[in-house]
Amino acid sequence: MRDLWQGMIEAFWLIASFNADLYEIVLRSLQVTVTAVIIASAIALPLGAGLAVNRFRYRRATISLLNALMGLPPVVVGLFVYILLSRSGPFGVLGLLFTPTAMIIAQIIIITPLIASIAHQAIRDLWASYHDLLISMNTTKWQRMRTLIWDARRSLITASLAGFGRAIGEVGAIMIVGGNIDHLTRVLTTAIALETGKGDFSLALGLGFILIALAIAVNMAIHAISRTERASTW
Amino acid sequence: MRYFSPLMGLIFSLAFSTASLADDIKVAVTTSFHNSGLSDILLPEIKKDLGLDVHLLVVGTGQALKLGRAGDVDAILVHSRNAEDTFVAEGYGTHRREIMYNDFVIIGPGSDPAGISTAEKANEALAKIADAEAIFVSRGDDSGTHRKETALWQTAGQNPEGFDVSWYREAGAGMGATLNTAVGMDAYVISDRASWLKFKNKGHSKILFSGDPVLFNQYAYLPISKEKHAHTKDELALQLEEWLVSKKAQDIIGSYTIGGETLFTPNANASGGT
Amino acid sequence: MVASILPLTLTDATVRKGGKTIIGPMSETIGPSGFTIFMGPNGSGKTTLLRLMHGLEHPRGGSVTWQLPAAQARMKQAFVFQTPVMMRRTVVENIAYPLRVRGEAKNWAHAEAARWADIIGLGNALEQNAEVLSGGEKQKLAVARALIVQPEVLFLDEPTANLDGKATREIEGILLAAQADGVRILMATHHLGQARRLASDIIFLYQGQVHERAAAEEFFNTPRTPESKSFLSGDIVE
Repeated sequence: MRDLWQGMIEAFWLIASFNADLYEIVLRSLQVTVTAVIIASAIALPLGAGLAVNRFRYRRATISLLNALMGLPPVVVGLFVYILLSRSGPFGVLGLLFTPTAMIIAQIIIITPLIASIAHQAIRDLWASYHDLLISMNTTKWQRMRTLIWDARRSLITASLAGFGRAIGEVGAIMIVGGNIDHLTRVLTTAIALETGKGDFSLALGLGFILIALAIAVNMAIHAISRTERASTW
Repeated sequence: MRYFSPLMGLIFSLAFSTASLADDIKVAVTTSFHNSGLSDILLPEIKKDLGLDVHLLVVGTGQALKLGRAGDVDAILVHSRNAEDTFVAEGYGTHRREIMYNDFVIIGPGSDPAGISTAEKANEALAKIADAEAIFVSRGDDSGTHRKETALWQTAGQNPEGFDVSWYREAGAGMGATLNTAVGMDAYVISDRASWLKFKNKGHSKILFSGDPVLFNQYAYLPISKEKHAHTKDELALQLEEWLVSKKAQDIIGSYTIGGETLFTPNANASGGT
Repeated sequence: MVASILPLTLTDATVRKGGKTIIGPMSETIGPSGFTIFMGPNGSGKTTLLRLMHGLEHPRGGSVTWQLPAAQARMKQAFVFQTPVMMRRTVVENIAYPLRVRGEAKNWAHAEAARWADIIGLGNALEQNAEVLSGGEKQKLAVARALIVQPEVLFLDEPTANLDGKATREIEGILLAAQADGVRILMATHHLGQARRLASDIIFLYQGQVHERAAAEEFFNTPRTPESKSFLSGDIVE
C-alpha cells in the first residue's frame, strides 16, 4: 500500500517539476499510438463498412477471421514484425528496426482487427436499419458506405478509441521491435517495465498513474470535441 | 465537428516530428550491466568525447548474441566467455575485448534457512541450498548470469536439470525481474553485485555469500563483423571500443560506487586483444 | 417528353419465403393513373406485393416489368414504409438526402427540403435531430422525403397504421394533393374508412392472389366474392 501512495506522489512530482524525460516519453507515447490509430482507422473503418454492406463469397469467413485476429497476442505480433524488419529478414534493408516506425507498424497490426470488428458491428446494425430505405433510393455501394460511415460516426469514434486504449497500454510488441532505447524508442509502458525490473515500484506506479490519466484525458477530449455524450444526439 | 481541422493539425504534427542527425550506434548490453547504472554515467561522456549517440538495447545475453548474429546491432557487451568465444569463432564478432569485471553474489532471505552464510566456498553454499531444498530462483534465460549459475551448480556436483520445481524456480527473465521474483518468494538467488546494490525492492533479502574467486564475472565488448553484415558501423564500433579501454573510461568505471561500494574493476588491456 | 415508367406489368410473378408461396403466380397490369388501394386480410401479401413491385423483393418465378429498365424505373419511384426510418441526421438533412444521392448540390437540396418541411409543418424544426420527432412527424417527413424527388409512382405500406387522427388527416391531405399533381399512388391499408376516402380503385388480395379488382364505388357497394363481402362487413377473413 505504501507503494501506491508513493506512486501517486512520484507521479505528481514528475509532472509538477516539468521533468524533461517524462514529457519526452509522454510525447513519444502519443506520437506512436496516435499515428498508429490514424493509420489503422483509415484501413479498418472502410474495411468494417465494406464487410457490412457488400455480399461476397467468403464474407462470413472473413468476418470470423477478423474477430479471431482481435485475439492476436501482442508479443507474438512483436516477434513477427521483428523477424520481418531484422537485418537478416526480408525488410531489413529499410533499417526500421528499433525505431518508432517499427513500433507504429506493430501497433497497427494489433489494433486494426479490433477497430474493424467494432466498426463492422456498428455499421452492420445501422445497415439493418437503413437497408430498405437506401435500396429504395437507388444508392450505389459507395454511397451506402459513405452514408453509413458518416451516420455511424459516433460509434466509429468509439471503435478508434478502443484501438487507442489497446495501443497506449501495449508493451510486449513494442519492447521487442522498439528495444526500449533511451531517448529513441522508450515510451510510457516500456519505461514502466524497465523501472519495475529495477525494483523501483514507486516510479513505475507513478508512470502508471500518468499513463492512466493520459488515456482518460484523450478519451474525454475526443468525446468533448465530437460532443458524443450530449443528450438527444447520436 | 467544428474542431476537426485543428485536431487533425495537432495529430499530424505529433505524428511527424523528425529525429536528430548525430552519429549513432546500436549496442546490445545485458540487463546486469545496465541495471548497475554505470551506463547512465558512461553514455553522456561518450556523447561529449566522441559526439556519438549510443543506443542501448538492454536484453538478456542470449538475445544480445541473437541480435549480434542477425546484424541488428553494431556491437555487444556481454559476460559469457564460452558464448563469446563461439561468437567470434563463427565469425559474427571480429574479436572480444575485456573491459571490466564484477562479481556475483548469493542473495537470500535474512533468516538464511539453508545456512549458507557460514559456507567457505561457493559450491559449498550451493550444495547446502540443494540439500535443504530451499527455494531458489534461477534466471532461466540462458544469459551470462544463468550460465554462470549452471557452471557453479556443476562444480558443486549438482545438475540443475534434475532439480525439482518445488524448490528450484526458473524465472526466464532479466536480472531485475528475477530479483523481484526471488524477493517476493523469500528465495535464494544468484545475482551480480551491481544489480543487487542498485535494486530498490530488497525486502528482507540480503547478500549472504560472496568473495569466492570463482564468482568473478568478466565483461567483454564484441564488435560485429563487417564480413557477416556489410551495413554494420564497424568504424564507430571500434571508436567506442577504444574509448571504453581508454584511461578516462577505465577510471570512471573503477570509481563508480553505489552506497560507497565499488562495483566494477576495470581490467582492459590498453594495447588491445583478449 | 419524359418517358413514363407505367404501365407496370406483372407476369406470373411468384414470391416464395421459407417454403411458402406468399404471392402468386400473379399477372396484373398497373395503369398510369389513379389512387389504387390494396386491401385484404393480414397475411394476404399486401406488403410483399408492394415491395415486389418496387424491387425490394425478387420474384422466384415470372417477371415484374416497367416501361424502362429496372434501375432507371426505380429512380422515378418512392416508397413510404409502415414504420418510418429516420436517418441519424437533422430534419432538413433527412428530407434532402434523396436529392443529394442524385448528385444535387447541397444548397439547392436543402432549400427544396426546407420548402417541403414547411408544407408538412416542420418548417421550424429544420436543424432538429429527426430521431426525436413524434411518430406522426416522422411519417410526414418520410412522405416529404418520398415526394421531394417528384416520383411518378409512390408506394405506401399502411403509412398511418400507427398514427393518431390528426396526423392521419394531414398525411391523407398531402397524398391527395400529390395525386392531383399527377403522382400515381399505390397504397396498402387495412382501414376501410381510409380506403373509402382515398381510393379511386381497389385491389383486394386474398392468399397472395388478386381476388377482386374494381373501381372503388363498385367494390364497396357491390363486392362480388364471398371473401370480399365478409371483409367489407367486418368479419375476420382467413
